[in-house]
Amino acid sequence: MAVKLLLEKAHIEGIRSYEVYRREGGYRSVEKALKTMSPENIVDEVKKSGLRGRGGAGFPAGMKWSFIAKPEGVPRHLVCNADESEPGTFKDRYLMENIPHLLIEGLIVSSFALGSNDTYIYIRGEYAWIVDILETAINEAKANGFVGNNILGTGFNCNIHVQRGAGAYICGEETALIESLEGKRGNPRLKPPFPAVKGLWERPTVVNNVETLSAIVPIINMGGEEYAKIGVGRSTGTKLISACGNINQPGVYEIDMTISVEEFIYSDEYCGGIANGKRLKACIPGGSSVPILPANLLLKTAKGETRYMNYESLSDGGFATGSMMGSGGFIVLDEDQCIVKNTLTLARFYRHESCGQCSPCREGTGWMEKILHNIEYGKGKISDIDLLWDIQSKIEGNTICPLGDAAAWPVAAAIRHFRDEFAWHVNHPDESQKRNFGLAHYADPIYVPVTA
Amino acid sequence: MGFMKFNEQQLAEFNRLVARYPEGKQKSALLPVLHLAQESFGGWLSEEALNYVAELLQIKPIEVYEVATFYSMYHLKPVGKYVFEVCQTGPCMLRGSDNIIQYIENTLGIKPGETTTDGLFTLKTVECLGACGYAPMMQLGKHYKEHLTKEKVDAIIEECRKNAAVNN
Ligand SMILES: Cc1cc2nc3c(=O)[nH]c(=O)nc-3n(C[C@H](O)[C@H](O)[C@H](O)COP(=O)(O)O)c2cc1C
Ligand code: SF4
Ligand code: FES
Repeated sequence: MAVKLLLEKAHIEGIRSYEVYRREGGYRSVEKALKTMSPENIVDEVKKSGLRGRGGAGFPAGMKWSFIAKPEGVPRHLVCNADESEPGTFKDRYLMENIPHLLIEGLIVSSFALGSNDTYIYIRGEYAWIVDILETAINEAKANGFVGNNILGTGFNCNIHVQRGAGAYICGEETALIESLEGKRGNPRLKPPFPAVKGLWERPTVVNNVETLSAIVPIINMGGEEYAKIGVGRSTGTKLISACGNINQPGVYEIDMTISVEEFIYSDEYCGGIANGKRLKACIPGGSSVPILPANLLLKTAKGETRYMNYESLSDGGFATGSMMGSGGFIVLDEDQCIVKNTLTLARFYRHESCGQCSPCREGTGWMEKILHNIEYGKGKISDIDLLWDIQSKIEGNTICPLGDAAAWPVAAAIRHFRDEFAWHVNHPDESQKRNFGLAHYADPIYVPVTA
Repeated sequence: MGFMKFNEQQLAEFNRLVARYPEGKQKSALLPVLHLAQESFGGWLSEEALNYVAELLQIKPIEVYEVATFYSMYHLKPVGKYVFEVCQTGPCMLRGSDNIIQYIENTLGIKPGETTTDGLFTLKTVECLGACGYAPMMQLGKHYKEHLTKEKVDAIIEECRKNAAVNN
């Protein structure tokens, strides 16, 4: 069994309650941090741990914390990003539903490190029942002196509030989230200023993902150096992966980042193989925004080496032949699935979720959806494929926030690796309405030239 | 319905929501207060309800309209007593959400965006709800219905009808 730091106790009966969580060793990190460490010590431990943001971008958490401005007399805030709306991603939900106190514990330690006396959890509006779970956990922690005023008699005050969103993927982007928390539309802000300088109510703010903030607990308990020994290279610690699509055992798995992609898909400990005895066609390994890969490039890199479930290996080959760890939303497609259809649903998603501030994103996402719709339903032209390519390339890098890129990448990768499937749709408008292109050559072994 | 106002209990919840923010930042409570208003006033937000929220939070009505029109969870038109919000994004599509949507359309005789004539059911297609591993799925009120099959959909419709009959 692999090391588990976050979900190890998630299945103990009653672990949602304070009593059982505490009995199992919960809230030790708060005692250790508040009584024996300074905020600077904590930031140092997080830096040493090598923990990278688990929300998608992978930015080192300790470094982000060290950027927070500390102007005299201005309150600072920690905001927990529980917006979780990237298709394929449902790990934060799993953690909050099963072991909510782990997040609350991480929030108190992190709030102490950053000097936040009012900390907000911004949770997607649809997770309505999880709001109740979190508020119950917060109240229990408060009744036991871990939240509220003068925590453990140390003089540190911290209240935690849960704010519900109302259905908008864009509010996962940190500056849109802050706008939304201020009671506005979720329009991302221009940066700079960065939230660390001017965030919520123009005060210095740190936004971190649910999983990132939960990982602070084992980091404080075991020390940053020990944490960094788990995993490999710059992929330290453990990562939650939410696996879905055509696999036997969809669900949330905690992995240490040393296992191969092949093991993750086929081992009974994880996905348990492709469902219904089918073969693997393609996979989007890190949430809908990251490039899709055909089976052969997923399991092995272009150099013919084994691909592993970590930040570096998943992105090996760049966008030409690799992908990204992203949010850990692992979407598997079997041989019966249609790449055009899949890309169409994602294009529709991004069109629906664009906030509309930048023309390349607002217009481009709509055009891409329309063209993909035509191709999927047998009304496409061959020139549409190049047109799609052209549109996506003009969105990327030309927008206020990364949603534009996130909309462009899935389309680009689908064309890059599956162009003949798009062409087949165009050339066989009738047949493509009745059957799918199939596995084709996408699982063929990769040709690796041998250097003499 | 005549002019609507929060009752005492709803006002207490309103005050709890506003108290979470610093003095003068009560606008931050807008999203949660709109949820509260929608739940309290029949599942949707009329112009009257939006104006009332503006008045309570001491902000301009336009500030409320801007927000109410941006977020997909706020209904600006009346909806059925039970709203089936079925996810249609990639991961759910891979597990057959198209068939489920089609089945609901056939069974209830409505298209996405429509409400049955008896006012009981509204069908809505939505984007990823964070239940991709438990697909196909839909949101029904505060909760998710996951691993949907035709049989499950039948049972859910049946249950809604029963509840509606009891509550009438
Ligand atoms: C369109 C968009 C959506 C995002 N959605 C989320 C989200 O749902 N959850 C999340 O934690 N981060 C999301 N992010 C990333 C956040 O902007 C931010 O980087 C993250 O919350 C930082 O936390 P971390 O460093 O702990 O990962 C999103 C970014 C973009 C551009
Ligand atoms: S890239 Fe898209 S979502 Fe982001 S700010 Fe521009 S229009 Fe809005
Ligand atoms: S795609 Fe349907 S819940 Fe995520």
